[in-house]
Amino acid sequence: MTALLKVENLVTEFGGSSAKPGLRAVNDVSFSVERGKVLGLVGESGSGKSVTGFSIMRLLEKPGRIAGGRVIFDGADIANCSEEEMRRLRGKRIAMVFQDPTMTLNPVLTIGTQMVEAVRAHENVTKDVARQRSRDALARVGIPSPEERLSAYPHQFSGGMRQRVAIAIALLHKPDLIIADEPTTALDVTIQSQIISEFQKLTEESNTAVIWITHDLAIVSRLADDIAVMYAGRLVETGPVTKVLTDPHHPYTAGLIASVPSQNRRGEPLRQIRGMTPAINRLPQGCSFRTRCDRVTDGCLVMPPLLLEEDRSFRCIHPVLKETA
Amino acid sequence: MAEPNAQDGGVPDAGPGRLAKGISDFFRSPAAAIGFVTLIVICCLALFAPWISPQNPYDLMQLDIMDGRLPPGSESMTGLVYHLGTDSQGRDILSGILYGLRTSLIVGVLSAFAAAIIGTTAGLFAAYMGKRTETVIMRLVDLQLSFPTILMALMMLAILGKGVTNVVIALIIAEWATYARTVRGTALVEREKEYIEAARMLRLPGWRILFKHLLPNCLAPVIVIATMQVARAIGLEATLSFLGLGASVTEPSLGMLISTGYQYLLTGLYWISFFPGIALLVTIVAINLVGDRLRDVLNPRNMS
Amino acid sequence: MVTSIIRRLIQALFVIVAMTIIVFIGVSVIGNPVDILINPDANQAERARVIAHYGLDQPLWKQYLLFLQGLLQGDFGNSFVYGRPALGLIMERLPATLELAITALGIAIVFGLPLGLYAGLYPNRVSSKLIMSGSILGFSLPTFWVGLMLIMVFSVELGWLPTNGRGPTAELLGAQWSFLTGEGLRHLLLPAFNLALFKTSLIMRLTRAGVQEVLPQDYVKFARAKGLRERRVIAVHVLKNLMIPVVTIIGLEFGSLIAFSVVTESIFAWPGMGKLIIDSINLLDRPVIVAYLMMMVLLFVVLNFIIDICYTILDPRIRLDAKA
Repeated sequence: MTALLKVENLVTEFGGSSAKPGLRAVNDVSFSVERGKVLGLVGESGSGKSVTGFSIMRLLEKPGRIAGGRVIFDGADIANCSEEEMRRLRGKRIAMVFQDPTMTLNPVLTIGTQMVEAVRAHENVTKDVARQRSRDALARVGIPSPEERLSAYPHQFSGGMRQRVAIAIALLHKPDLIIADEPTTALDVTIQSQIISEFQKLTEESNTAVIWITHDLAIVSRLADDIAVMYAGRLVETGPVTKVLTDPHHPYTAGLIASVPSQNRRGEPLRQIRGMTPAINRLPQGCSFRTRCDRVTDGCLVMPPLLLEEDRSFRCIHPVLKETA
Repeated sequence: MAEPNAQDGGVPDAGPGRLAKGISDFFRSPAAAIGFVTLIVICCLALFAPWISPQNPYDLMQLDIMDGRLPPGSESMTGLVYHLGTDSQGRDILSGILYGLRTSLIVGVLSAFAAAIIGTTAGLFAAYMGKRTETVIMRLVDLQLSFPTILMALMMLAILGKGVTNVVIALIIAEWATYARTVRGTALVEREKEYIEAARMLRLPGWRILFKHLLPNCLAPVIVIATMQVARAIGLEATLSFLGLGASVTEPSLGMLISTGYQYLLTGLYWISFFPGIALLVTIVAINLVGDRLRDVLNPRNMS
Repeated sequence: MVTSIIRRLIQALFVIVAMTIIVFIGVSVIGNPVDILINPDANQAERARVIAHYGLDQPLWKQYLLFLQGLLQGDFGNSFVYGRPALGLIMERLPATLELAITALGIAIVFGLPLGLYAGLYPNRVSSKLIMSGSILGFSLPTFWVGLMLIMVFSVELGWLPTNGRGPTAELLGAQWSFLTGEGLRHLLLPAFNLALFKTSLIMRLTRAGVQEVLPQDYVKFARAKGLRERRVIAVHVLKNLMIPVVTIIGLEFGSLIAFSVVTESIFAWPGMGKLIIDSINLLDRPVIVAYLMMMVLLFVVLNFIIDICYTILDPRIRLDAKA
């Protein structure tokens, strides 16, 4: 089975030009997602995970630009297609859900307007038909009395409800792929759980592939089939969730897992990764994680390649292996 | 491009290091540097006008009506060259401009300065003296700011009568409210900071806290507004003089010169109005360039 | 909604009363009305007659009440110069000023809004930087001098456009308008452009600042992520949010345009209220001055009120909160 989305050696830079490199927010990132599968894209803030998402959508803010690599969606490279072709994909075949639901919806337009325009951007239907579709979509994500809610404004909804609306908009055209950029981070824990279940159910129904961007390993373990861990713009480890989370190879992944509170025993101090993520313009030479790693040697002064092992990969010359850990 | 400014967390002291950095920041913008140099030149020209101008345009004895309305470059009978021409009374335009600049700058600086003092004091009192004072002052400020400056100035001149002194008074009354509003905004923020708290704990007298502690930290926006207001005041004074409400015909300011040239414009005698206007424009642009840069460098957080 | 309208009405009333007091104090206390009102050559009997007629021998509060009473009846006294009711004179000139101000506002919007939008959307293009530099010039140029230069270039040198007056007018809704005749329109052009210059720069800068504030918002990104065409993103999502501050400013600036028309009207001999007030100040025609000032106060209060209402209609957050 061929992958729905294949990202190959993606490089995204801010500033710079074809002659002079800018700041590399995403550096040589490759992964793939199959239909109906969920990929958890994990990393700290500033690791480049959101920029990766926006690169796929080609919605980078200036001066950001894709400086290299390919993004192959359903067999075609969309990193270089025309703006109009890209527009036809956005919202129709690749949809996106944002982090902060209070900022995603336009405050001066009704929910109805914002949904109807999304329908009509891709299908030549009358306003009434589009409105009907929007109403059904709201009902599907569990919003009560959807007909009335269509004429309401975003500020009349709670944060959780607004995220449901955003998800309803993302699902309007039954997209092949949804990029969810930390969609539950801004919500209360109970609402988080509801939204995740809802999301899971709906994407399973329509066989939609999902890239779930998050820093929360608990969500990934519950939701994702595969995981890709990013650090300072690069992938450091990829593989099936079950394998990576139980048997991490990269010291960074291992550190992330260890610092999840439920991994600690009562009374034991919380474990943490020492130091801070380096700024993207001040990366150490060689392995970016070198300065925070316990296993560092002189060999780490050279950037290690991505090592393959069956269905997973990692970027470390001193991997954590289960027998030795 | 605006340089990124260090957002220091309310350290009340502006040390010499910061001043030096501010000055070098200021001159990093070529436009601001040009504006600053131009402004210095203009100030010098105005200051030394009696010594450098070819004639004293206010001294009617020196004027020769026979030399009236000569085009730029003409020569008088006494051999004096009128580089920018003469007006209807035979007054050398260049000299008129130099003397006019004096009036303009004095009016601009004086009114902006006086308005700054009154407005800043009112703003500080509003922020510090409690609810009732605040309500009275701010109501007055709101009332005044809901009318444009020129209307306030016209109103004052209608009451006080014509003349340069009255123009200055009118400008002060029309402009103080801007300072009051900004200073109150800044002072309200500053008031909550620890160093004021500390000063209060020490039981320093209110006026001392107000003027020694609160005031220095509200000065940045005042300086920026004052710079811009000098430009506005100069423009407004020229406008009012043009309308015949300001300077008298015998002691022309730039606005007055432009006004006297107005009637000859239709017959093609452009220079009487044109050159004073250029002088006015250059002055205002130079001040605005400096003010624009000052705003970036001083980066006051509570400016509208 | 209703309560907030009532509250605003009360505030408006407060402003009007405050301004009547200020104008009254200004004219009757600071200025000496006896000097202003009475011909210096008048004899004793004439003086006494005028003082009694205007109630100048009464205590101040009584004078103020008399003043207010006059206001309410629209009676500001007769102009010393024209010998006719001051209010009537002002009202006669009102259409000319309104016509000039509205045209200037139209010009400022037609040029300022698109240029500001362009400069905001493409801040790094050379043309955008030119636009912004131009706006600084527009801010700094003294309006009256630009007026003279316009006359010099377009009337004296090129001979394309007339320099003074309204030209022939036609009647509409009981008032005379220049824009209804071709020749009148030609007369309107230069003054309107002159008056519009400053406001064009202002609207331009405001629009640009607004665009740069709205563009990075998540809801604009989300609109793009929905696959909307760029034209719709700009025309609906960006513009609609931009409109709230811009409409407010445009409303406020309309009042200031009317005030500033004083200058333009003087240059182009446009027979509006502004020219009348300058003449009146020069001739110390007190009733006309008072009538003009009170008219302006009323105008500004009404304008502020209308802006508040517009604001409420444009921003659903305020509208719906007010309803609740």
